[in-house]
Amino acid sequence: MTLVFSASDRPYLPRGVRIQRDAVRDRTVLMAPEKVIELDDIGVAILSRVDGQARFGDIIAVLAATFGAPAETIEKDVQQFLQTLRGRLYVMVKP
Amino acid sequence: MSIAPPIALLAELTHRCPLSCPYCSNPVELERKETELDTDTWKDVFSQAYDLGVLQLHLSGGEPASRRDLEDLTRHAAQLGLYTNLITSGVGLTPKRLDRLEDAGLDHIQLSLQGTNAALADRIGGYRGGFDRKMKIAREIRDRGIPLTLNAVMHSQNLDDLDRTIEMAVELGARRLEVACVQFHGWALKNRHNLMPSFEQTLAVKKTVAKAAQQLQGVLAFDFVPPDYYADYPKACMGGWGSTGLNVTPNGTVLPCHAAQTLSHLHFDSVRNRHLSDIWYDSTAFNAYRGTDWMPEPCKSCDRKEVDFGGCRCQALALAGDASATDPVCQKSPEHARIKAILQNASPQEDRGFVYRTLDPTRT
Repeated sequence: MTLVFSASDRPYLPRGVRIQRDAVRDRTVLMAPEKVIELDDIGVAILSRVDGQARFGDIIAVLAATFGAPAETIEKDVQQFLQTLRGRLYVMVKP
Repeated sequence: MSIAPPIALLAELTHRCPLSCPYCSNPVELERKETELDTDTWKDVFSQAYDLGVLQLHLSGGEPASRRDLEDLTRHAAQLGLYTNLITSGVGLTPKRLDRLEDAGLDHIQLSLQGTNAALADRIGGYRGGFDRKMKIAREIRDRGIPLTLNAVMHSQNLDDLDRTIEMAVELGARRLEVACVQFHGWALKNRHNLMPSFEQTLAVKKTVAKAAQQLQGVLAFDFVPPDYYADYPKACMGGWGSTGLNVTPNGTVLPCHAAQTLSHLHFDSVRNRHLSDIWYDSTAFNAYRGTDWMPEPCKSCDRKEVDFGGCRCQALALAGDASATDPVCQKSPEHARIKAILQNASPQEDRGFVYRTLDPTRT
């Protein structure tokens, strides 16, 4: 199976994976089975739009507008970020 | 040295277990039911852990389902905001108990696998019928969509079944397969002669895992714990002593790792008479091997000292006779010849029978 996202894919965080505030360390983390991943602002911006409804292409368009950056640059970064998570099954995809 | 808060708590709720695997990570001196912490004390430990910065709670044992208050404890932890992971053999779980655990907010199940068929798995686990009960509950977990990791503990007697193990993980809808080669502490050390993989098996398992991880990307994630005696460098045990996690035994003793009680020169505090935060930051046991200041040569001047943190303290004591020595697994260790000698005798040999994990030393 390829980990690459197509524009029409609808990524989502499956059961057992969630974004959570880590008050003690004053940060936001992705909680997954036996794993805690620290998220920076960009990570939070991406994953807060990963809701199983929005299509990958739309997420890129919104992020490009929000950050005022070229869609191609944003897509490269988001592909890389989400593919890493998809490889661990922290992100899944609805067609 | 600034000390970071812990991220994970391994709660050994009980040492009771219907299985008696000869590589169990519990200490050789098991704790009895009468000495276990009660429900309210465990809840208080979870609350203290959360306040301290713990995010992940591993509900383990023994078999944690042997505790009738497992659901109650899970609910308390989930309400705090802890990520709750149940580490179980599956024996003792029922559909009704899964209903209650899901309702309590359980996040994830890590299910152990002793072997790929009943004959092998029940012989390893020392419990007839255990495999069939495990498979039944595994399918129940799959059908409910509870996030599942299969933890396959691998050794000389089941490594040749790795392909089938991987197939089973996919069939059971597991998201992750942990191929965990036995680490030789406690019970496993007693059974090392019957469990140590051969060099050929070690090469084969690495190859098989790498290939399967590629073929199954996006379907099944892999975690691989290699047999460390064959490694060039030691494992970064616990990511460094007192750096990321702590372990509470059934009676409330707080340990930096599950085997730490073999370090009998250390005193380990209990949650019964000291706050978890004090124990983490200020106890002599947690500070004994923290950081790099305690290190001897060749660790002290090694550029890997913050990669593997000198390896495993329990292994250093068990194999080199000194808990503050370099882990003898390391090829730079002056005691490394001991590992080589052990491995020379690791070729397949006649099964001499297991020393099964038990509270009763007469049953072997």
